[in-house]
Amino acid sequence: MPTVFIPASLRQLADDHDRVELDAANVRDAIDELEQRFPGIAERLVPDGALRPGLAIAVDGNISSLGLLQKLGPESELHFLPAVGGG
Amino acid sequence: MATIEHEKTAETQKYKVIGTRPIRHDGVDKVTGRALYGADKRLTGMLAGAMLRSPHAHANIKSLDTSLAEKLPGVHAVVTSADLPDCTDKVANLGEGSVNLKHLSNNVLAGEKVLYRGHAIAAVAADDIHIAQEAVKLIKIEYEVLPPVLHVLDAMQENAPLLHDDLKTDELGEIADQPSNVAKHFRFEQGDLEAGFAAADVVVEHEFKTATVHQGYIEPHNATALWNADGHITVWMSTQGTFTARQQTAELLHVPVSHVKVVPMEIGGGFGGKISVYLPPVAAVLSKKSGRPVQLVMSRTDVFEATGPTPGSVIRIKLGVDKEGNITAGEAWLAYEAGAYPGSPVGAGAMCVFSCYDIPNAKVDGFDVVVNKPRTNAYRAPGATNAAFAMETVVDEICEKLQLDPVEFRLKNAAVEGTRRVDGPVYPRIGMVETIEAIRDCEHFQTPLEGKHRGRGMATGFWFNIGLKSTAQATVNPDGTVGLVEGSTDIGGTRASIAMQLAETLGIAAEDVVPTVVDTDSIGYTDVTGGSRVTFATGWAAYLAAIDIQDQMVERAAKIWDCDATKVHYEDGAIHGPDGNKLTFKEMAAKAQTTGEPIIGRGSADPQQPGGAFGTHLVDVEVDVDTGKVTVLRYTAAQDVGTAIHPAYVEGQIQGGAVQGIGWGLNEEYYYDDEGTMRNSTYLDYRMPTTYDLPMIDTILVEVPNPGHPYGVRGVGEVPIVPPPAALANAIYQATGIRMRELPMSPPKLLHEILGKAKTNGA
Repeated sequence: MPTVFIPASLRQLADDHDRVELDAANVRDAIDELEQRFPGIAERLVPDGALRPGLAIAVDGNISSLGLLQKLGPESELHFLPAVGGG
Repeated sequence: MATIEHEKTAETQKYKVIGTRPIRHDGVDKVTGRALYGADKRLTGMLAGAMLRSPHAHANIKSLDTSLAEKLPGVHAVVTSADLPDCTDKVANLGEGSVNLKHLSNNVLAGEKVLYRGHAIAAVAADDIHIAQEAVKLIKIEYEVLPPVLHVLDAMQENAPLLHDDLKTDELGEIADQPSNVAKHFRFEQGDLEAGFAAADVVVEHEFKTATVHQGYIEPHNATALWNADGHITVWMSTQGTFTARQQTAELLHVPVSHVKVVPMEIGGGFGGKISVYLPPVAAVLSKKSGRPVQLVMSRTDVFEATGPTPGSVIRIKLGVDKEGNITAGEAWLAYEAGAYPGSPVGAGAMCVFSCYDIPNAKVDGFDVVVNKPRTNAYRAPGATNAAFAMETVVDEICEKLQLDPVEFRLKNAAVEGTRRVDGPVYPRIGMVETIEAIRDCEHFQTPLEGKHRGRGMATGFWFNIGLKSTAQATVNPDGTVGLVEGSTDIGGTRASIAMQLAETLGIAAEDVVPTVVDTDSIGYTDVTGGSRVTFATGWAAYLAAIDIQDQMVERAAKIWDCDATKVHYEDGAIHGPDGNKLTFKEMAAKAQTTGEPIIGRGSADPQQPGGAFGTHLVDVEVDVDTGKVTVLRYTAAQDVGTAIHPAYVEGQIQGGAVQGIGWGLNEEYYYDDEGTMRNSTYLDYRMPTTYDLPMIDTILVEVPNPGHPYGVRGVGEVPIVPPPAALANAIYQATGIRMRELPMSPPKLLHEILGKAKTNGA
């Protein structure tokens, strides 16, 4: 199952887990699953249904521009990172 | 010598165009002065614009009266923030990053408060620049001057003057009750920090400071706008991204993006500083009010005082290492100045600070802090250079304490494929080790440095690179050439590097591709020229356009040869069919017009695996102990460049980045007085290195192809700015015994330390 890494700032909402395995086919499913297990966490990641500004999604080490639609494989790692701008 | 030849891999040897050094397609225009830049734009009836800017770093605007300016003969329009639509706190996604539109609007023209000296307040359009400037002087404005806060640590104090009454700290995800200058505090953690430090035999901890510095592009910002009577706006400007400029302009003016066309002029440097808009909305509104096209061009002082530099910062590093030289734990605390509005690159700095090493136990805290300086913007690997200066200096000190070879220490602890960064992701195939080995094995490293007050230093650096979206369209001409249309503005020779990927795929010469950079109405969406992404992502789009042409030529040949298309294939610049039939690309191009529809290739790409880049730099310096001046004697930069499409431009990117990093390390800084006035806002006083200051920067191109690109491309433009300040600091220590922990390491600052050391030693 994909592994979702919980940002340090949200771990208090996730019973101090730094990562959890979730049965999810894409990022949207993963966030829904997270919300089921840790109510309130979705609001911090996707207020108003869209990814929080300033936040980026990385799957298997690569920043994804597909956002919530990004697919997850069975061995995928999902990270929520600060959005990075280059020069 | 500029380039140290490095052995090519079998993978990179197979190319015919890639890896060669054709003359750039825009070379003649550039060297003859015919290339047109933003300030060269001339339109019938065009007016000249001038801006009123704040003389104060922090003040409330009590009143603003433009009536006298409006009455001056020759003045056609005056605008203030009242002429801009009200922007809410909506955050717009700009592809690369996002922006709070209210902040962006207030930065373009201040509302009730000015937040830094040079903050734009009003603008005038007149028959000529002299009348416009005269009219600016007639604008009456009354300020309530407020105390400024200019340093990140001062701004973080509870009793610090507040820039924004409504800014409340996002404290690890919780919004604080009270307003503050700290916009955000975030954290990364992995492993067991306490156990990691307990396992260490040596722990080194220090605080570092870096100054605000500017990208220093030669060409100032400019915009020429025409707000037509049909409601459509055209902007001619120097920008790193036409589509992001279009979006920002449309969002700020509350018009549909389809009503704004941005036409890119040639660009005289950007380095991240020409992504945010400053002038286009103002020029557009002046045009709307006057009914004439309006041109605004910044002065050098405007550029320094009012456009985004990279932040000053304070960084604390604590590193623990065992006797065998294994890093057991690392802790970092980074506070970056965002300037007047939130949004410093501290996130990237925090992700980069430990990124070159495998550190099992780590914690990083980052703080984004507003101060009364211009709103910061990207500058080559934003945030990473600050962090590397701190980390790589501590690494050098650790090596000294444990009497470890700095090369061996880095090789032992280097991040490799599979290493997990402190922010979470695991590295794919990377070339950190290869860059260290390349430095270790180079002639520079193998040659002993001799002489008094001389020292040698090394440092490494990392940058992510990005992918994002690009579009390319290629039209086959009957003479066998291809017209390549793209949306990526060309800052570093990307017309050539993109054309070469198209040519390689089609099996034709790079010179047979004619690349053109076009406006936002003439090509599909393309993200900014930034993040080291254009050769990677727009190159990928060009590759797809070429594959599209191949497919169409195969179909056409099958039609000509009256056979099934599955019996035809494209290889090595020709179409091959049954019975020995063959048409070269040029032959097929000549037949295309008489055998069917025009052949036009289309490519749109959103590649997801840009592949991070690493660089290791080595520098020799000599310190004049009587003046504190540092002379760079020799400099070598090794970088994992993926596949070098046009090696000369890759070398140029590395050399340019290294030189900017050297300037950042040795001389450059925004020097403010207590009132918040920058006292060195010209190139006479803002000391950037020139060719007279530096030796040739030797480069070693380490080609570790990126598996996430058809030709193995990695971004190359940003990481070379990351290692220089730390490498210089380590070299200065070797030369003098003095650890410099504050940038710039300019003559007065270094001399102060030299004299202090002499006094301590009783000299």
